[in-house]
Amino acid sequence: MTAAAAPAASPATTGEQPGVRLARSRRNAELSLLLLALVIVAAYGATVEATVLDTVTPDFWVPTAVLAGVFLALHVVIRFLAPYADPALLPAVALLNGIGVGFLRRLDLARAAPADRESLAIFAGNGGRQFAWTLASVMLAAGLLALMRDHRSVSRYAYTLGLAGIVLVMIPAVLPAKYSEIYGAKLWIIVPGVGQIQPGEFAKLALLAFFAYYLVRKREVLSLASHRFLGIDFPRGRDLGPVLAVWALSVLVLVFEKDLGTSLLYFGMFVVTLYIATERVSWLLIGLILFFGGAYLAYVLGGVVGGPFANFHLRAQIWLDPFADPYQDGYQLVQGLLALGSGGLFGAGPGGGEPLEIPEVQNDFIFAGIGEEIGLFGLSALLVVYLLIVERGLRAALAVRDSFGKLLAGGLAFTLGLQVFVIVGGISKLIPLTGQTTPFLSAGGSSLMANWLLIAVLLRVSDAARRPVTGGGGPAARPGGGPPEQLHGAPTEVIRP
Amino acid sequence: MNAPLRRVGVVAMVLFGLLFANLNWIQAYKADEYRNSDYNGRVQVAEYERKRGNIEAGGTALATSKETGGKLRFLRTYPGGEKYAHVLGYKPVNLGDTGIERVENDFLAGTSDALIANRIKDMFTGDETGGGNVLLTLSKRAQDAAFNGLSNNQVGAKKGAAIAFDPRTGAVQALVSMPSFDPNPLASHDTDEATAAYNKLEGAEGGPLKNRALSEVLPPGSTFKIVVAAAALENGIGKNTQIPAGPSYTPPTSGTPIRNAVPSICPESEVTLISAVTESCNTGFAKLGVELGADTVKEKARQFGFEQDDLTVGQLGEDGLPVAASRTGAMQGPDGSTDPAALAQSSIGQRDVKMTPLQGALIAGAVANGGSQMRPYLVRQLLAPDRTTSYYTAKPRELRQPVSGQVSSDLRDMMVSVVENGTGRNAKFNGYTVGGKTGTAQSGPQTPDHGWFIGFALDSKGTPVSAVCVVLEEAGSGGSAEAARIAGKIMQAAAADSGGR
Repeated sequence: MTAAAAPAASPATTGEQPGVRLARSRRNAELSLLLLALVIVAAYGATVEATVLDTVTPDFWVPTAVLAGVFLALHVVIRFLAPYADPALLPAVALLNGIGVGFLRRLDLARAAPADRESLAIFAGNGGRQFAWTLASVMLAAGLLALMRDHRSVSRYAYTLGLAGIVLVMIPAVLPAKYSEIYGAKLWIIVPGVGQIQPGEFAKLALLAFFAYYLVRKREVLSLASHRFLGIDFPRGRDLGPVLAVWALSVLVLVFEKDLGTSLLYFGMFVVTLYIATERVSWLLIGLILFFGGAYLAYVLGGVVGGPFANFHLRAQIWLDPFADPYQDGYQLVQGLLALGSGGLFGAGPGGGEPLEIPEVQNDFIFAGIGEEIGLFGLSALLVVYLLIVERGLRAALAVRDSFGKLLAGGLAFTLGLQVFVIVGGISKLIPLTGQTTPFLSAGGSSLMANWLLIAVLLRVSDAARRPVTGGGGPAARPGGGPPEQLHGAPTEVIRP
Repeated sequence: MNAPLRRVGVVAMVLFGLLFANLNWIQAYKADEYRNSDYNGRVQVAEYERKRGNIEAGGTALATSKETGGKLRFLRTYPGGEKYAHVLGYKPVNLGDTGIERVENDFLAGTSDALIANRIKDMFTGDETGGGNVLLTLSKRAQDAAFNGLSNNQVGAKKGAAIAFDPRTGAVQALVSMPSFDPNPLASHDTDEATAAYNKLEGAEGGPLKNRALSEVLPPGSTFKIVVAAAALENGIGKNTQIPAGPSYTPPTSGTPIRNAVPSICPESEVTLISAVTESCNTGFAKLGVELGADTVKEKARQFGFEQDDLTVGQLGEDGLPVAASRTGAMQGPDGSTDPAALAQSSIGQRDVKMTPLQGALIAGAVANGGSQMRPYLVRQLLAPDRTTSYYTAKPRELRQPVSGQVSSDLRDMMVSVVENGTGRNAKFNGYTVGGKTGTAQSGPQTPDHGWFIGFALDSKGTPVSAVCVVLEEAGSGGSAEAARIAGKIMQAAAADSGGR
């Protein structure tokens, strides 16, 4: 973020001691960016109505206004609870969330009978549900910011969170299929008649908190105790224990829940935090070998043995040639590709596509459905927004002073990027398709809520990272009083920015 | 820990770079392929969103679109059913389109460049005017006569074709291929039903989907004698010149004698050229061909349109229904020199000589039109969706000039003699001078002969009004006489239908 000439004027954060460089919270920048995002969301909604209904209803502004209320409330919460937080995160996420809600409403319009379209209630259908989930998610994110005034406090519950994460991942695997399986993926807790949640989405956060804690504790031994082989420092066998344990967990997830995407995500998450903690490339190499070896083994086993690997084998086959069976196995991927291709460079315009041609366009394939309407240029913009979130998260990790915070923010930011890569790469035939939600866009409460919680953690870490260290703190810097210098509380190293 | 964090940042950028590159590949490079993919339902929905224009002939809509209220808004229907199937083709949801529906698809669908002003106007007015209308040259009465004549032929032929056009302009008056099919089920929005209908037709005996008038080549038999006669007339032989004939002729290199259809035909050693044509004397023409030489015969056939493989019938100068090339075939022996036996057989339209019915009509048309062969066409006019503006009106064009005026006049006399005194009497009708040439072609050792007739009609002032070719495949005995009769009916209907076209 380039420095603006004017000092930040937020009254709550003005430095109190003369001679100290004024800390700039950039909250007004956040507000301006947020308003810009809301303008885009409003324009998107109006365009959809103009295209689908041939008229813009007088109520077109209502969805945007609802979202504006929610996001502006969070903005105010951030002003009080995390005044130095990165100002780009909230607007970027608000834009994605807003486009997601708008597109889901656009799908509702397409599903409704032509006669009912103009009178379609704004809080009906998938779009309406997404509203409710957005509201709940943002409230939860605000709650997390209030509860977790210092991200390091999380490390106190690390083992609890680790256990909770494993339990959450395992629940769908042990539940009967009736209560856990949707489209062949056993990832859910289904309460018949009420709804379903995907506990793995939350497990992601809990497990990462555990990883970060564990690795900060063990990083000395992991990075120092090693023997050289082929010029690379490999860790000792017994230190491989945890990575192998998580690898095994990923394979269990793959086997029982029939989902490669989640296991890939957990595994990538773990390997990257391990790499950040130890600074050893060897971990990345080991991780990659294990991953590709495992994937190839699963592919071969799927072809030979079948059983739990058959699903993966089939997906790999579809990926290699989706047009081999364009009406059955390859149907969804084929229709996604055709949608993207039909969109071309500029897209058919919001509301101008035929997203209902794609099965599950509201979930896994939402990026293809949106891509048909906003084209390559629009999708590139969305990718840039995702990349912005990831890189701002990594930047918070770079700047924060404690190892735990670095690992937590770095791991979360990369995991978010990896998830985008896995699903967008999947629908665009870059990699085999695995059922993943597209963060903040897809219909689905668990995913939205978990990712908002992730953003809350990033906001918290970035607040700590950007908070001025000089000046001895004060009420604004340490709302709860306590020791003024954060460094004293850091469990590990001397800062070398 | 910052160094690996920075590297992770780079990794994230690389991953997103891969996504970006891949999206470029799909949405830019492969976009057209995906957009036009057969599996892409969007194409159809968009295509059926706008009302497709009519295909009409003589003021009647032969292909028209009806609103359905379904997801595909308009259903294509063909009120004429089997009668116009091979000209119109069909526009199915899930199969390839054919015929005029295919050739004029852009204009009918309203996506043609010519209609851009219309589309822009619609954008502002909010009207939905649909696609443009295609007006055909077909004469309803001539088409009726051709369809009824072929389907109720008196020799029981199951396959055949008839094509008639105006020799002065090239405007096609009738085009029928038998057996025919009903295009309506193929255009059904129930794609399973359409596929089933298509598969049934595809496997049906006689190949109903084939347009025999334009794309089927058969040995022309004696109708080819008109080409040989034209070559003779240009090489110093007059219509009353005596040419060698006889009951049987054995070419120098072959032991198989060529005989006449019945012993009463030209048994004398010499006959005049005109009577050789009138009686269809095989021995006379076999000897004549050998005397003229293979190159002369082939060249004359080429001048009449043989060997042309890029002719289409639709708009003039534009794409249209493809016409198969007619061929004279090889007349050489293994050593490369002319084989008199092959040449003799070729000269009576056998051996490797193969001709489309259209080519037969083109020969008759050139003779009737003073030696000038007009390019055949089917599309008379393209009308805007609102029917006020015309985007195209056919301007007839000469295709080629196979013979001079004098030669065509002599050929005309000979062909009129065929109908007046010879084998083509069945083609005669009142008030017009009719000329023609019958042909009976051996189709194979075990199958019955094909019956051919090519001919023309001149009104009382000597102006040509119609040129025609009728083929009855594997019709057997009496096939060419029946073909002549049907040809007469078609030309009579075409001559009577003045206002319809």
